[in-house]
Amino acid sequence: MEVTVTINGDSHSHDVEPRTLLVHYIRDVVGLTGTNIGCDTSSCGACTIHVNGESVKSCTMLAVQADGQDLLTIEGLANGDVLHPMQESFRQCHALQCGYCTPGMVMAAVSLLDENPDPTEREVRIGLEGNLCRCTGYHNIVKAVLHCAEASS
Amino acid sequence: MIPAAFDYIRAGSAEEALAALAEHGDEAKLLAGGHSLLPLMKLRLATPAVLVDIGRLDDLSYINDAGDHLAIGALTRHRDVETSELVQSQAGLLAEATSHVGDPQVRHRGTIGGSIAHGDPASDLPSVMLAMRATLVARGPGGEREIAIDDFFTGFLETALGDDELLTEIRVPKMPDATWGFQKFNRRAQDWAIVGVSAIVNNGNSGVGLVNMDSIPVRAAGVEAALAGGASASDAAEAAAEGTNPPSDLNAGPEYREHLARVLTRRALEAAGR
Repeated sequence: MEVTVTINGDSHSHDVEPRTLLVHYIRDVVGLTGTNIGCDTSSCGACTIHVNGESVKSCTMLAVQADGQDLLTIEGLANGDVLHPMQESFRQCHALQCGYCTPGMVMAAVSLLDENPDPTEREVRIGLEGNLCRCTGYHNIVKAVLHCAEASS
Repeated sequence: MIPAAFDYIRAGSAEEALAALAEHGDEAKLLAGGHSLLPLMKLRLATPAVLVDIGRLDDLSYINDAGDHLAIGALTRHRDVETSELVQSQAGLLAEATSHVGDPQVRHRGTIGGSIAHGDPASDLPSVMLAMRATLVARGPGGEREIAIDDFFTGFLETALGDDELLTEIRVPKMPDATWGFQKFNRRAQDWAIVGVSAIVNNGNSGVGLVNMDSIPVRAAGVEAALAGGASASDAAEAAAEGTNPPSDLNAGPEYREHLARVLTRRALEAAGR
């Protein structure tokens, strides 16, 4: 089935099997491998991208469901060489260890602040409950999100 | 994990969805937000030959004040329910419970109708529907019919919906002055409830629905009867597990679930001011 999506501002059209998962489409067909596959069971959030501006787990969506939609992946967040404020906050606060969860964590965090620009620490922790960090580096991740919210206000 | 192959039909209207269901019968499954069905398909626990995507039927995504009840379109996403001022003011229990479904990413995609039609006894929302005595509206080849929530869940992941029917609307009685409590017990954030309880008290009438206490979502009828007879919260909660048949899994056996049901029911009732 023909699928046309906008990813990071660029239009992509491909003929895909209906059972193709969106994350496989993004990684294997389009070739954007910044979006990671972690648990593959919609638990860990490593594959989080934005669909029409909202965080979504791309392992739990079919590529055909994304037809005509506007997608944003971690590759589309920075403005050229200038990091997105959330990426910069992750860097400043050392909010990553192995880095595997980071793309999904950043995408979820950006969506979180879009919906709640001035969250409490507890709201950040609850807001990121869909993303797991196996390094258990949550403390600095939460600090980074709060830092970003503060820097943006 | 990749689902087994299927034919994909994107419905442009409810009528198109119904026509596809009429043609393919029990070979077909409806796909709304996909956050219950796709995980099952990836595990090959569900292998529908035809997937009818109703995710774009925007005319079934709404929250309306319909006089004595809220009319909520089946394709309304969890995110839209939990943030709706109308739901928050008229059905606070529903808004609160919805905010505990899955995680933010799940709530951006999952729908109220999909969650209820899936009929999972471990889901949060069926317990709310039982507590608030919601009515469901289904559309089929013969037109629309109403289904009382107590008649809806018929077996494990089975409902009163026919193979040729589409859940279109959830009618939740408006209860602006109700007091309520929602309790969800799990070991990790975003997990399914090991046991959950929805309790509401409205004009002296109470409703209590249980999560994960049987093969279908069940009402704590014994608790409701005890409350109607004037029992205190803690006395009424003792009846929470009566008549249930709780499942056993890695998280808990039946006895522990029965214990949880009693404790969580007491807490929910106390939160509801009983």
